[in-house]
Amino acid sequence: MTLRATTSQTVGPFFSIGMERLNCAELAAPGVAGERVTIEGRVLDADGVGVPDAILELWQANSHGKYAHPEDWQEKPVEAGFQGYGRIPTDEDGKFRFTTIKPGAVPGPDGKLQAPHIAVSVFMRGLMRRVVTRIYFPDEAGNAGDFALSLVEAGRRGTLIARKVPGMDGLLKWDVIMQGPQETVFFDC
Amino acid sequence: MSELLGYRRALAGTQPDYLHPRYKSSLKRAPAQPLVHLPHTLSEITGPVFAPETVNVKACDLTRQHSGEPLGERIIVSGRVMDEDGRPVRKTLLEVWQANAAGRYRHKVDQHQAPLDPNFSGHGYAMTDSEGRYRFITVRPGEYPWGNHHNAWRPAHVHFSVFGPAFATRLVTQMYFPGDPLLPFDPIYNCTADESARQRLISVFDWESTIPGHALGYKFDIILNGRDATPMEK
Repeated sequence: MTLRATTSQTVGPFFSIGMERLNCAELAAPGVAGERVTIEGRVLDADGVGVPDAILELWQANSHGKYAHPEDWQEKPVEAGFQGYGRIPTDEDGKFRFTTIKPGAVPGPDGKLQAPHIAVSVFMRGLMRRVVTRIYFPDEAGNAGDFALSLVEAGRRGTLIARKVPGMDGLLKWDVIMQGPQETVFFDC
Repeated sequence: MSELLGYRRALAGTQPDYLHPRYKSSLKRAPAQPLVHLPHTLSEITGPVFAPETVNVKACDLTRQHSGEPLGERIIVSGRVMDEDGRPVRKTLLEVWQANAAGRYRHKVDQHQAPLDPNFSGHGYAMTDSEGRYRFITVRPGEYPWGNHHNAWRPAHVHFSVFGPAFATRLVTQMYFPGDPLLPFDPIYNCTADESARQRLISVFDWESTIPGHALGYKFDIILNGRDATPMEK
């Protein structure tokens, strides 16, 4: 039997009614191992205007590089208090902010470890289906040889790497830019 | 050598493009650059797993979340979540949200001049059982006008959010009702090129799930991406 996957439709402007129950901007409970990091940014449209009705979903491994999922075959510890899932709506200016722990490296398809990253889905009014992207971390040696980054033309890779904020340890900036010269790289996933 | 099974990609035309000039909100939000093809890795074949104990009866009966009964026609919406090979997607979370019977959402942005219903919030969630089945009791949502173009009206619909087993299977969609006269005019419903893919968004009237004397039944099966037949190197 071959069925066809159901067609995606936009979340529309009223998604908070059904989705806010799972909103979660603090991904790691107190005591979860790893380097705490706060990531903030904006979702911007073609005019550079903040998108007030977007919602981000995050998926990441714990600091050991282990996903809390039955298909992660690695013999690494899962941690109570860390599911690895986050859901953050944008505010009226298109801003979002969340706190998590920096994920560990997870295996890639080329036999090498992937650089630490967070998988991101962004839904919004106006998008008939989600866009998929990734957040990478600055000053990470593994970025240079990372499997997914290497699929992206060099001039656009920077859109996937969060930026440090001078004088603000533990704070990173990362934007989702829908169109324009700085358009974020989105993956076909 | 160990191997990893990715998920299948959509058949051409069965998923909407991002840019649809008739759907005005897409113009400034649709990505302009082509997507970068990402072979699935461990990051995409895993995804959040939710605990079944958070689901309760009121969560999947939208008519019993307040002290009184909501206005409108009670309906049962049920179906199965399966993959493209017909295998049940077990213990996966579904979220739904919708307008009330008068076509009004309980949301501050919705300014449509139709009454709110104090007995209807318009949201619910459920987890599929071991056969991939789910079931909601709700009221039939009303059609409502929107600002996309002159005299634009949305057909009656229920929003569905489904996780499936992996990041790669995440789906948000809308369920429509059979025979809705607004469907041919709706830019959102018509965003998908493939006609049969569009029609699969329309629920089927279903005697079997009807509750005699109480509620009519509509069946809506949700299909998530199937598993690749050929493993990739891990």
